[in-house]
Amino acid sequence: MSDTSVTEKPADPKDGPGDDRVRGVLRGILESSTLVVVMAVVASLAIGGLLVMFADEDVREAAVYFFSRPGDTFSAMGAALVSAYTAMFQGAVVNPSSETFVGFIRPFTQTLTMATPLIFAGLGLGIGFRAGLFNIGAQGQLLIGAALGAYIGFAWDLPWVLHLLVAVIGCAIGGAVWGFIPGFLKARTGAHEVIVTIMLNYIGLNLVAWLLTLEAFQRPGSNNPISPEVADAAQYPLILGSQFNLHLGFLLAIACAFGVWWLMERSTLGFEFRAAGSNPRAARTAGMSVAKSYIFVMVIAGALAGLAGSAQVLGTEKVLTTATAGSIGFDAITVALLGRSRPLGTVMAAILFGGLRAAGPTLQVQAGLPVDIVFVIQALIVLFIAAPPLVRSIFRLPAPANEKEVAA
Amino acid sequence: MKLELRGITKKFGDFTANDAIDLVVEPGTIHALLGENGAGKSTLMNVLFGLYDADAGEILMDDDAVTFVGPGDAMAAGIGMVHQHFMLVPVFSVAENVMLGHEQVKGPAKLLDVGAARDKVRELSDRFGFDIDPDALVENLSVGAQQRVEIIKALSRDAEVLILDEPTAVLTPQETDELLEIVRQLRDSGTAVVLITHKLREVKAVADTITVIRRGKVVGTAEPSASQEELASLMVGRDVSMTVDKGAADPGEPVLRVENVTVVNEASGVTHVDDVSLEVRAGEILAVAGVQGNGQTELAEAILGLLPTAHGQIILDGNVLSGRSIRQNLDAGIGFVPEDRTEDGVVADFTVANNLILDLYDREPYSRRGAIDPQVVRTHAEEQVEKFDVRTTSTQALTGALSGGNQQKVVLARELARELKVLIASQPTRGLDVGSIEFVHKRIIEERDKGVAVIIVSSELDEVYALADRIAVMYHGKVVDIVAPDTDRDTLGLMMAGAHSKEEAA
Repeated sequence: MSDTSVTEKPADPKDGPGDDRVRGVLRGILESSTLVVVMAVVASLAIGGLLVMFADEDVREAAVYFFSRPGDTFSAMGAALVSAYTAMFQGAVVNPSSETFVGFIRPFTQTLTMATPLIFAGLGLGIGFRAGLFNIGAQGQLLIGAALGAYIGFAWDLPWVLHLLVAVIGCAIGGAVWGFIPGFLKARTGAHEVIVTIMLNYIGLNLVAWLLTLEAFQRPGSNNPISPEVADAAQYPLILGSQFNLHLGFLLAIACAFGVWWLMERSTLGFEFRAAGSNPRAARTAGMSVAKSYIFVMVIAGALAGLAGSAQVLGTEKVLTTATAGSIGFDAITVALLGRSRPLGTVMAAILFGGLRAAGPTLQVQAGLPVDIVFVIQALIVLFIAAPPLVRSIFRLPAPANEKEVAA
Repeated sequence: MKLELRGITKKFGDFTANDAIDLVVEPGTIHALLGENGAGKSTLMNVLFGLYDADAGEILMDDDAVTFVGPGDAMAAGIGMVHQHFMLVPVFSVAENVMLGHEQVKGPAKLLDVGAARDKVRELSDRFGFDIDPDALVENLSVGAQQRVEIIKALSRDAEVLILDEPTAVLTPQETDELLEIVRQLRDSGTAVVLITHKLREVKAVADTITVIRRGKVVGTAEPSASQEELASLMVGRDVSMTVDKGAADPGEPVLRVENVTVVNEASGVTHVDDVSLEVRAGEILAVAGVQGNGQTELAEAILGLLPTAHGQIILDGNVLSGRSIRQNLDAGIGFVPEDRTEDGVVADFTVANNLILDLYDREPYSRRGAIDPQVVRTHAEEQVEKFDVRTTSTQALTGALSGGNQQKVVLARELARELKVLIASQPTRGLDVGSIEFVHKRIIEERDKGVAVIIVSSELDEVYALADRIAVMYHGKVVDIVAPDTDRDTLGLMMAGAHSKEEAA
């Protein structure tokens, strides 16, 4: 690793008070116990249940004559709850009312499909969080990666296997470039990554919007900002056959989770990342280049966000639009925090979120509830995770040792 | 006023900081509270001062039970406290600081009565010979003078019990002597003084009664006539020798040369190290003495490369170091024990094993081709923990859970695991218990005897005397002089205050 050129400049990324605060918040979240995280999810689902009851038509109708026949309201509430949770279960896990086996397990494969981009992006963000970087830029990194990968997918003509491989690598490179910029700026000038990545999200989105006005990116004969469909050879193969949407990207995401585990727990690079994240001053004193860590972390996180883009353009959507990223880049922040930035946790959190997403349509059709309930539940999870003391006081959990004041 | 603490117990979670402590402080006496860092002295005083609530026990003043909800209550009851870190507003005058929180007003417009405060300062200053100008700005005063302002502040509120928390940590030897003289005067005027310290010499010099605290419990009382060894073993709970056996140095060739080095803080423009030149030979210990904040820390950091040098050069074994990365300097054979071990020395939420390889992790055998070998790391950690007597539940325990002394052993073990040419240790025993100090000193002398050139930066004269083969004294960023280790305390003290020694360096 040649490092001296960029590294030990006096531009020691100065840690302003703001930085310390970000790190403090990050650490607080990362150290919250698994129990707190699980309880946060439980609390969110419970409050989500309350909302479901009040959003339900029958409940509101019965509530009009609540004082003459309160029983009606309560039974309507119960019915609303049961129907909502049943719909969620049937939309996200398995559907027991289906006649066929395919129909029975389809919801879960849908959940995994929805989880795939979240796993990729969440893994990348998790690396950043553990290295002390609050990367908000997965959204932009995902889009740039998706744009490059999609272009390779529809504009180039390559043989099977190779085409997919090149397109996937293209996605990763696109994201990595978009991640490199804030990493480099932080390392070189101390520019705060939160601000730079947020700005780059806008630049990325508008860049893709502009690209989609160019002939090279637009579908022939169309004026809409939508690209041609990527070639079959560049699409992730469906791993459970054509009856399911689950594609190879999911297995790649799981492989990446193992890769990230190895990187963070076993490699010298991950050792540097963790040291720089926990105590940059000690890392520097021990001869590590904290600046180099920042750049590497952002490049790797960007590449993983780019792969999240591949799950969209080479997997589920097959085309590039300005809506390709959806809210994946932001949901992935929650996923990474919920998974405490550990690979296993991130995968599980991504599956939870994928499930919520997959349940959305069923919730609407079957239980007649607005899809927004899902977003509210997601938002509640964020709220609870960000306030571990709140969760602990609700469930009367003991405070972790590090929050106790130990005076000399 | 007689102060009595009965059965004071204070717990933080599972940790008992104070365990049924009884203490009686008679008026007109100096009561020394002696104990290692973390023994619970400061907690006890914070309970007394109303900053913490005791879980059990009571406080009696002149045999009446009292309860303090906050420092205000304690002050009103006649207790004054001088904290280790001063609580003064630098841009205020002495008089303004003294009246802060206790402002008197005059006239219908309720204007601040600075005049009254000024008179009060002058009166107290004259009475005890403090030599403090009430109109001087606090930021322009020396550390010793600031401390006297704190004492005036306490006395101006009619404190009859004065608590001094580690008052000498920031003072030169002369200032320390002056402070001890002040403390004696206060006692003679009837004030009860509680002196919190871990420095045996001071205790022996002024205390009338000594209470020793260990792990939150009172383990005994002693007479000031007790020997330092007796007090130390009471403090630590086992026999300790106060002096480390140290043979004569056998210095070889100069290994590290510092030539005209200047270090300037880029942000503030303050010159911390001003044209310093010195050399260290193989097999000798050069102690850099001085009151904290006179550029010693910056000099040490500049040698490692943590701080850039404005000019001058640092030469290790004939190679100029300036401009190279810290990593290259470590590889060139510099071992570095930073002054602030929790900030710069260890990663608190890494395991002990990982901290032991914090600057070795990418070398064989700890890692190969970018992959760390956890088995080797663990074995290495177990060996080092054994060898350096690190008290930890496991090598996989988090380093932040270790005591300061054990963290320092981790740092030392890590740095000494490499082949060194130069060892730079800043305040290597700050905050350590007597037992750990002895251990750390032994290791440092062993390194010297192996032919390593050693630089010790210390503001504790006892440590300087225990280790040094030569002593460089720094004042205001300059090396005042380099003198022999048998230079007496008074001379060193004067040099630490900037006076040049007449003696020539050895």
